[in-house]
Amino acid sequence: MPLTRGDIVPKLSRCLLIALLLAAVAAVLVPPVWADPVQIDGAGATFPYPIYSKWFSEYNKLHPDVRINYQSIGSGGGIRQLTAQTVFFGASDGPMTNDQLQGAPGKVFHFPTVLGGVVPIYNLPGVDAELKFAGTVLADIFLGKITKWSDQAIAKDNPGVNLPDSDITVVHRADGSGTSYIFCDYLAKVSPEYKSKVGVATSVNWPAGIGGKGNEGVAGLVKQTPGAIGYVELIYALQNKIAFGSVKSFDGEFVRASIDSVSAAAASATAKMPADFRVSITNAPGKNVYPISSFTWILLYESPKDKHKSRLMVDFMKWALTDGQKFAGDLGYAPLPQTVVSLEDAALKKIKVE
Amino acid sequence: MSTTGPLGRSSGEGRLFPLLTGAAAVLVPCLVAGIALVLWRESLLSIREFGFAFWRTSIWDPVAGQFGALPFIWGTLYSSLLALLLSAPVALGIAIFLSDLSPHALRQPLIFLTELLAAIPSIVYGLWGIFVLVPLVRRLEIATPAWLKGVPLFEGPPLGVGLLAASLVLAVMMVPFTASVAREILKAVPSAQREGAYALGATRWEAIRMALFYGRTGIIGAVMLGLGRALGETMAVTMLIGNNPRISLSLFAPQYTMAAVIANEFTEAADPLYLDALVEIGLVLFLITVAINALSRVLVWRVGRERTVRAGRPVPAAAV
Repeated sequence: MPLTRGDIVPKLSRCLLIALLLAAVAAVLVPPVWADPVQIDGAGATFPYPIYSKWFSEYNKLHPDVRINYQSIGSGGGIRQLTAQTVFFGASDGPMTNDQLQGAPGKVFHFPTVLGGVVPIYNLPGVDAELKFAGTVLADIFLGKITKWSDQAIAKDNPGVNLPDSDITVVHRADGSGTSYIFCDYLAKVSPEYKSKVGVATSVNWPAGIGGKGNEGVAGLVKQTPGAIGYVELIYALQNKIAFGSVKSFDGEFVRASIDSVSAAAASATAKMPADFRVSITNAPGKNVYPISSFTWILLYESPKDKHKSRLMVDFMKWALTDGQKFAGDLGYAPLPQTVVSLEDAALKKIKVE
Repeated sequence: MSTTGPLGRSSGEGRLFPLLTGAAAVLVPCLVAGIALVLWRESLLSIREFGFAFWRTSIWDPVAGQFGALPFIWGTLYSSLLALLLSAPVALGIAIFLSDLSPHALRQPLIFLTELLAAIPSIVYGLWGIFVLVPLVRRLEIATPAWLKGVPLFEGPPLGVGLLAASLVLAVMMVPFTASVAREILKAVPSAQREGAYALGATRWEAIRMALFYGRTGIIGAVMLGLGRALGETMAVTMLIGNNPRISLSLFAPQYTMAAVIANEFTEAADPLYLDALVEIGLVLFLITVAINALSRVLVWRVGRERTVRAGRPVPAAAV
């Protein structure tokens, strides 16, 4: 008997139903034959993402039973997700505030992992010399008070440089960013006016200039706009071979940012390191210390629910703080000084593990 | 098994089909209501804190916890409306040329190329804007004579990025949407209309004007479709507009839009009030988009009612 459409349609759907049922039964009854590695989820800062992903993949090679999964969604997002306990660890370029710590369901520890610096970049046609900036001058430029490159305040620190009479175009980050946090943190330390008018945060109410998205946005705008000044991460400037200026340190010398001068900032801060590592190391004293430097942190609960994961994570942290540090230089990060590593080792012992 | 009708329909299917399609139709209003509800709930802190002042104040300071959306509303509306003014004449020109004037051999390639514009991702538009458009705009700004610089519309330093650059790119992005819908509208005008005009001795231009008049409701719809695209555009705009929340009349000034500030600041917003203020910006954008769409509906409806001869229903765009 020939089949009509009416016969075929129910037959097809019956076949489909049976297939689906079989699949469901199979999924329930047949256990997976492979053993799952333990997966630890983290989220947060984008700035350390290149080194974190390197660490996690290298560590997975050494310990195939541990897989660490990191989403670089931004420091703010990392803190939010850690507080909501949707991730096991968070990562941030700025330390959590007291309010944020109190809002978390458990005690949170900060662990510095590597260091980064922020450098001023500029576009001045006809000027080849590396410019020198005092912190107060940078603050006044970003406040919109110094508007010409020929301003006496800039010229004073750059003798012999023929500065043009052109307007300064300030370029800042448009997106919320740890880079802005570090930069503002430094400017607020050297300029009381900057501190009261602008303040320190990942996004601020910029008094002057235009905003670019990401390091590449700021660098692109500076490169295109004659007379522009902006700021980017040291890594970004190094990798893209962008010329940058040196900045006056706490001790009064003009220091060029480098992996060594950024590491030196951490070493200089060790003496006054608070027990929770929530410390700003911008404008740190000492010889050859680059003033716009900062730690980036991994955030861990003191007593997480899953103590097994906690032990695996602490093991990873120990590795990252010792063997892991050797990957830092190649990727443009400054490694932690030994003094900070020993302090962190002691702090890691306080984390509850199984 | 159920009884089979003459066309192979079972009685079960007869009841199921309207039910399924009905459910699909109800799904859309439910989704819209759901979006509005979530936006409202997630921005409660900010709504309670600032109330209606959120719409009227212009200070956006995450450090001080002071949030006002006016510069973003201004930037969104200004850039979108300017883009509308720039794109609508060009898009209509394309539509008229393609439907009435173009040689046959040229038509298909031109249609293809116009619709290709709609397929370009907005980040590519943004990059093109940064590398091509912004230097051109900067040259234009530098070339602006001093007496013109005194006019509020053209004041400010020559930055290149700013409202003009963003609006130009938005206009280019809107053209394919408006043009392809307007072309379909003109194609749908019954040929008797044009033939009648010619029979009465109308010139080509008069016949086209007649066709435009006949299809005006649909053409307004086409322009509004482009506007909707511009209001929500994020990536290309944030790359070109300068991201500075200051209200200014100047075309050369950097400004900011609602979609751009959400995209830029959401990831790093850890403070609850800050986060809620950003979500409230989303709510404001949602309400403004709904209001503009409702307005365009009313406009289409009013224009359509003016004459007893009514244009056919707007033809949906092939490219959308």
